[in-house]
Amino acid sequence: MDVNEYLGLFLDESQEHIQSINNQLLKLEQTASADVVQEIFRSAHTLKGMSSTMGYESVANLTHEMESALDLVRGGKKESNQLLLDTMFSAMEQMEDMIADIENGGRGSNVDVSETVAAFQSFIGGKEVVAVKSSDSSSFEVDLYTNSVIEQAKQSGFEAFQIHVKLSDAVVLKAARAYMVFDRLQELGEVVSTQPETEEIEQEKFDLSFDVLFLSQETADDIEQAVAQVSEVERVEVKAFTSTAVSAPELAVTTEAPTPEPAKAKTEAEEPKEQAAAQAQAKTIRVNLERIDRLMNLFEEFIIDRGRLERLADEVGQAELNETVEKIKRGTNELQSLVLTLRMMPIEQVFNRFPRMVRSVAKDIHKKVQLDISGAETELDRTVIDEIGDPLVHLIRNAIDHGIERPEVRLQAGKPEQGMLALRAYHGGNRVFIEIEDDGAGINVDKVRAKALERGVITSEEAGMMSENELAMLIFAPGFSTADVVTDLSGRGVGLDVVKNKIESLGGVVSLETVAGQGTKFQVSLPLTLSIISAMLVQVGDESYAIPLSSILETTLLDEADILTAHRERVFDFRGQLVPLVYLKEMFGIDSETKSQFPVVVVRKGNKLVGVVVNDLIGQQEIVMKPLGTYLEGIPAISGATILGDGRVALIVDSNDLF
Amino acid sequence: MEQKWVVFSLESNSYGIDVQSVRSIERLQPITRVPNSPAHVKGVINLRGVVTPVIDLRLRLGYEEIPPTDETRILIASLNQGDAGFIVDRANEVVESDEVRIEPIPESSSDMLTDHLTAIAKGEDKLFSLLDANALFEDHHAE
Repeated sequence: MDVNEYLGLFLDESQEHIQSINNQLLKLEQTASADVVQEIFRSAHTLKGMSSTMGYESVANLTHEMESALDLVRGGKKESNQLLLDTMFSAMEQMEDMIADIENGGRGSNVDVSETVAAFQSFIGGKEVVAVKSSDSSSFEVDLYTNSVIEQAKQSGFEAFQIHVKLSDAVVLKAARAYMVFDRLQELGEVVSTQPETEEIEQEKFDLSFDVLFLSQETADDIEQAVAQVSEVERVEVKAFTSTAVSAPELAVTTEAPTPEPAKAKTEAEEPKEQAAAQAQAKTIRVNLERIDRLMNLFEEFIIDRGRLERLADEVGQAELNETVEKIKRGTNELQSLVLTLRMMPIEQVFNRFPRMVRSVAKDIHKKVQLDISGAETELDRTVIDEIGDPLVHLIRNAIDHGIERPEVRLQAGKPEQGMLALRAYHGGNRVFIEIEDDGAGINVDKVRAKALERGVITSEEAGMMSENELAMLIFAPGFSTADVVTDLSGRGVGLDVVKNKIESLGGVVSLETVAGQGTKFQVSLPLTLSIISAMLVQVGDESYAIPLSSILETTLLDEADILTAHRERVFDFRGQLVPLVYLKEMFGIDSETKSQFPVVVVRKGNKLVGVVVNDLIGQQEIVMKPLGTYLEGIPAISGATILGDGRVALIVDSNDLF
Repeated sequence: MEQKWVVFSLESNSYGIDVQSVRSIERLQPITRVPNSPAHVKGVINLRGVVTPVIDLRLRLGYEEIPPTDETRILIASLNQGDAGFIVDRANEVVESDEVRIEPIPESSSDMLTDHLTAIAKGEDKLFSLLDANALFEDHHAE
């Protein structure tokens, strides 16, 4: 099997299952529910199956332990406890790391899971006591027929034994081992019945142990030895079988049914559920992102042709033609919005990981936090979804670490012990807003000012002119950290400036509002889709370029005479501020004459401004951003390309490179 | 498996590229120059909605640049890192492997050519050099 072909599917599905387990674990933490346990068990089971098929042993091992532990809970043999929950949470974290490793071409063996495995095993360890007890008390329930067989055998010198066989945890082919056990037993006597039933054992439908009711003339010790010789058998217990049915045959009739029946009923009950799950899944299909991109490309091409068709129809001026073109236009408009939504995904995917993260972060630093998520169904472009996770993680960690106070401090301040952290997403215009709001202490602006001065981020004059919010925004400045105590969270060496850069690279903006003593609200606004941006088309010589509107402050006309020279650099006075000029024709080596009066596009990067000198402004337009491709990566000051209405390609200026 | 090559020419010389890697042969269309890219990269074209880089094979292989003619074509090849176009003087024909004999490149050939050539194909009235399309595009980073 070509494993690579399935890798993408494996990664996607693993992540889904891990996510589902995490969700269910959070539920389980609230209320113990058999359904939830069953749900987790099933996901763990699927994960185990998938990973061992793909040959990722470390993932398979971890899920196997988890599955075994859950099986006990599921079977009512053990009660789930906080320890088990914690172990499962950390198992999921490790699993995520392993899956990430696999995604990066590793084998998923980057994580040391021994502690987690040991924790599972110590939980399972308790099982032995329970299990043996249960096998003692329940023993083999036999029907009347079997009972008579045993009785007859006993009369001809056979003994009835109950054999409990437990295979080792590392066993690969359970059915094969079980078969070898039966093979040995067959040499020594006769197998009367097994638990689970023989068919089920053959189909590996058993955990690690099974019971055999066995007739033999050998001694219990001999049988034990013979079975123990089969490799990967961990433990064998052979006991004389005393049928309860002998002394009380009428009782046997009643006890006969219950044991096998519930087991069957259970498997049957599982199937419809799985079918239901399969039906729910059938409503969505997985489509390769590449295909969607191709569809979008072709569609955009089609839209361009539609434009041409419209123009031609206008020229011809024939009524029927115009009518048809109009129909095509309406149809394609609908199609366009549909095609654009294909790449959209609910932000739920990102938000889903936060409840668990908030729980563990809060636990680590002894804070109490209630996370409130809303708008998880808000849809965003898939590319943004992929990228926005890390910055949000950072902001949330920050809110818990620096925003929300310790329980005792909160109580003193007259707030409830448990802090509130709200995570919201919603649409507004053609942007998506994500807010992270806490009811913590708020940002201490004085402290920020002092630190910023100390670190040389701002001068004291600058500080004097800044508003409270502007000062608070300094926490996003490079090399800034307000942590009094270096915790594990803030000690990661990644500042909030990285968060800001990341968000800006996605075409987003981050802002904050803070009220001392009442809390802080971070707001991230993102473009709905990454691929469509508003841009200013400019002309230099006979070449056209697009400058993203998001980086443009304004456009202005400049006279040759307005150009000043400062330190051999051409600058101009833009509202009392000297702004350097960049000539696109020089930067891009374009042969063209600049007129005595020319347009300047003022672009900004953070607080810095640059005037971009062009020949003509063509106008503002929505453009579809397209990559230049691997072969032309790293061309300075060009971030991509777009296809213009006439089918030509125009390059998009990366104004960040102009500074 | 039987191999086929798309044979095209630069001046009076013929070259062949494995037909498997050729996506299409396009007429010359407007090319947008990409500033500050290697000299032989002519720019990018809009190939059915995909922005595709195009290189001038004449410049790449050390010929002189000439103005395009009616016969000038862009050979779109599917390479390791995406599609790319090669401007050639003329696209001639598709040649099958039973029409030619494959011979190694003469040892006296210059290094520049041996980097991009894999072999020489010789037939009754044919002679063309087999090009490694991936090598043509990839090593421009190193220049």
